Amino acid sequence: MAAQREKVAAQHSGAVPRSFADVLYDPRSRGLLLQALLVAAIVLLGYEVVSNATDNLQKQHIASGFGFLEHTAGFDISQSLIAYTNTSSYGRAFWVGLLNTLLVAALGVVLATAIGFIVGIARLSSNWLIARLAGVYVEVLRNIPPLLMLFAIYFAVLKTLPAPRDSIALPFHSYLNVRGLSVPSPVWQEGIWWVVAAFLIGLCAALLIWWLSARQKVSTGRTIAGAGWIGAAMVVVLPLLAFFAFNQPVVFNTPTIGRFNVTGGLTLLPELVALLGGLSLYTAAFVAEIVRAGVQGVSKGQKEAAVALGLSAGQVMRLVVIPQALRIIIPPLTNQYLNLTKNSSLAVAIGYPDLVHVFAGTVLNQTNQAIEVILITMAVYLTISLVTSVLMNWFNARMALVER
Amino acid sequence: MEKGSSSSATGSMQPTPSRPPPGSAGPLAWARKNLFSSPLNVALTVLGVWIIWTSVSAIYDWAIVRAVFTGSDGSACAKDGSGACWAFIAAKLDQFTYGRYPEAERWRANLTMALGALGLAGLMIPGVPRKGWVAVFTLFVFPIIAYFLLTGGSFGLKAVETELWGGLMVTLVVAVVGIVASFPIAVLLALGRRSQLPIVRYASVGFIEFVRGVPLITMLFMASVMLPLFLPDGVTFDKLLRALIGVALFEGAYLAEVIRGGLQAIPRGQYEAADALGLSYPKKMGLVVMPQALKLVIPGIVNSFIALFKDTSLVLIIGIFDLLGIVQQAVSSDARWFSPSTPLTAYVFAGFVFWIFCFGMSRYALWMERRLGNGQQR
Repeated sequence: MAAQREKVAAQHSGAVPRSFADVLYDPRSRGLLLQALLVAAIVLLGYEVVSNATDNLQKQHIASGFGFLEHTAGFDISQSLIAYTNTSSYGRAFWVGLLNTLLVAALGVVLATAIGFIVGIARLSSNWLIARLAGVYVEVLRNIPPLLMLFAIYFAVLKTLPAPRDSIALPFHSYLNVRGLSVPSPVWQEGIWWVVAAFLIGLCAALLIWWLSARQKVSTGRTIAGAGWIGAAMVVVLPLLAFFAFNQPVVFNTPTIGRFNVTGGLTLLPELVALLGGLSLYTAAFVAEIVRAGVQGVSKGQKEAAVALGLSAGQVMRLVVIPQALRIIIPPLTNQYLNLTKNSSLAVAIGYPDLVHVFAGTVLNQTNQAIEVILITMAVYLTISLVTSVLMNWFNARMALVER
Repeated sequence: MEKGSSSSATGSMQPTPSRPPPGSAGPLAWARKNLFSSPLNVALTVLGVWIIWTSVSAIYDWAIVRAVFTGSDGSACAKDGSGACWAFIAAKLDQFTYGRYPEAERWRANLTMALGALGLAGLMIPGVPRKGWVAVFTLFVFPIIAYFLLTGGSFGLKAVETELWGGLMVTLVVAVVGIVASFPIAVLLALGRRSQLPIVRYASVGFIEFVRGVPLITMLFMASVMLPLFLPDGVTFDKLLRALIGVALFEGAYLAEVIRGGLQAIPRGQYEAADALGLSYPKKMGLVVMPQALKLVIPGIVNSFIALFKDTSLVLIIGIFDLLGIVQQAVSSDARWFSPSTPLTAYVFAGFVFWIFCFGMSRYALWMERRLGNGQQR
């Protein structure tokens, strides 16, 4: 009895070491124990993985480390934005693949946004038929795997096109055949830099006028008369003047049809066309839904208030609805852009030379260095994702509604 | 809008509501309002009718008028001007469904699909009694039965290598295993991300963000070429199983974010009340928080399953013949059926099958959302 009382007293003063059960039931120490177990498990798993991997690599005589990036690649790539031959290094091949991925992602984002906005606005149309058609587009395309769409466009449409000598002629000296879409390519002559400079000067002048006009409007309530048109004219007219003053410094290299091939001009690979078409049609269905939700998310009272202030229909849209809708639209839209970038890795299935096809495909098969190659590939996509989401958070913070 | 409110205001004085003014109701008025209200609208309607007319007539012409319905090889389809080659689909239907699964054993695949459909129906239809037992059957008992039924090698069933599996069966196996296996992963990750313990939280955040930042293809490549290097000597995994691990981890990270959304939507008072009752952490989460959170995010969960279902087609890149993989193989390698229209027919068929499943799930999510919404409005 006395001993027990002593123990209780000791516990209160915290002098006596607690029993194991006490420690186990204390939330603090239990948390520590749990985390220690987790760390131990992760470390154990990591150790197991690393030691197994080194064993296996040694047994299979696979080199490790990143030295292979300097070795000669020895394979050709069908499309490259930078100089590349089969004597270039694996590291160079990596950059070719990465740039091709970025190219298709950038073009795809633009196309998907354009189609998606058109379809999304069509879905909100007061015209019943147009709204229904846009609804059908969305419901059909977002419920089909993008890979299947790529296959359908590539194997069922583009691969059944005629051979080069029977090319389908399109306007502007363009030709479509099984080798891809050939369009005239511009060749810049001397003096083109003056045109570019004229454009930049016009743009700066226009921005200055617009800025002055906006400032005057804030202080006096009146804009500079015709500021909008003057600025726009400067952007267009100045480069046009320069273009003609320097004797039209551009020549078009038109493609010509040979027996087996098309020479000259710029040829878009069918793989690129299929990938671009499939990805942008698929992503556009999601973009359309986001746009619709964004516009519908602006409360009716806002539009009614704008109309009550006497704004025209266009002004209501431009000044009241769209700025608020963008706030709702932009975060999920960025997600879709990221999805499109990640989905561009489907290129490997139809042979477009993107990062996954060139690096995680060909380079991996030649070097067998699976761990390094896959890790680099993942790191690239991870970097793109993280950079985008950091930019997005910054943008969101700027755009967010400032409330009391 | 205005008319409606004025008639309801005067309704108390007039015992019989007056008829609407002529020309403001009926199909003609509807068409005038929704199709021909302005010159722009008339132009849009004409455009819409033109789009519908050209596409429907082209599809009708291709899929029915010029289509080839019978034949034992592609000669009829290869004729000039012939449309869809449905004979090809008819001839390959078994292959598209089961892959190279031995013909004598296909009843096992059928039985598995039937059992799965039964369990799923029991889970999804709200009025079914004894939901708990149905859930236990579908989520725990059914996978075990399905495993023994499909792989065989015991209970007197002939063993069937996963190499022979293919078609819709593999698509469904990958999707169902992905869903069932990713769920516990997702719950743990979501709880981990909301945990008070810093190391647990960082580990969960790191895993989730990593997986969400990379394409599924790289996860599948990792599972198919890197995983074998990480295993001790002599331990090998089946190729399908490796793909399933990749898919489950991938889906787990996405699902975890959905579930986290549900956890964040539960009011703090619920957590505090559970604490005040003296419930332990597992009881608090399992009995109080999770049931409410999961119910809230059922539509989100179904949407993420739709995404998973579409993503299952990616396994063909690492050499597993799912529905799209087997269609692709049949189109590209069977010379007997070679014709210009065969590929398009095959992709349209595969697309239709995928579409049915995904569209069905999305309608279910919508319906569920409305049902749950009604419950919350009270």
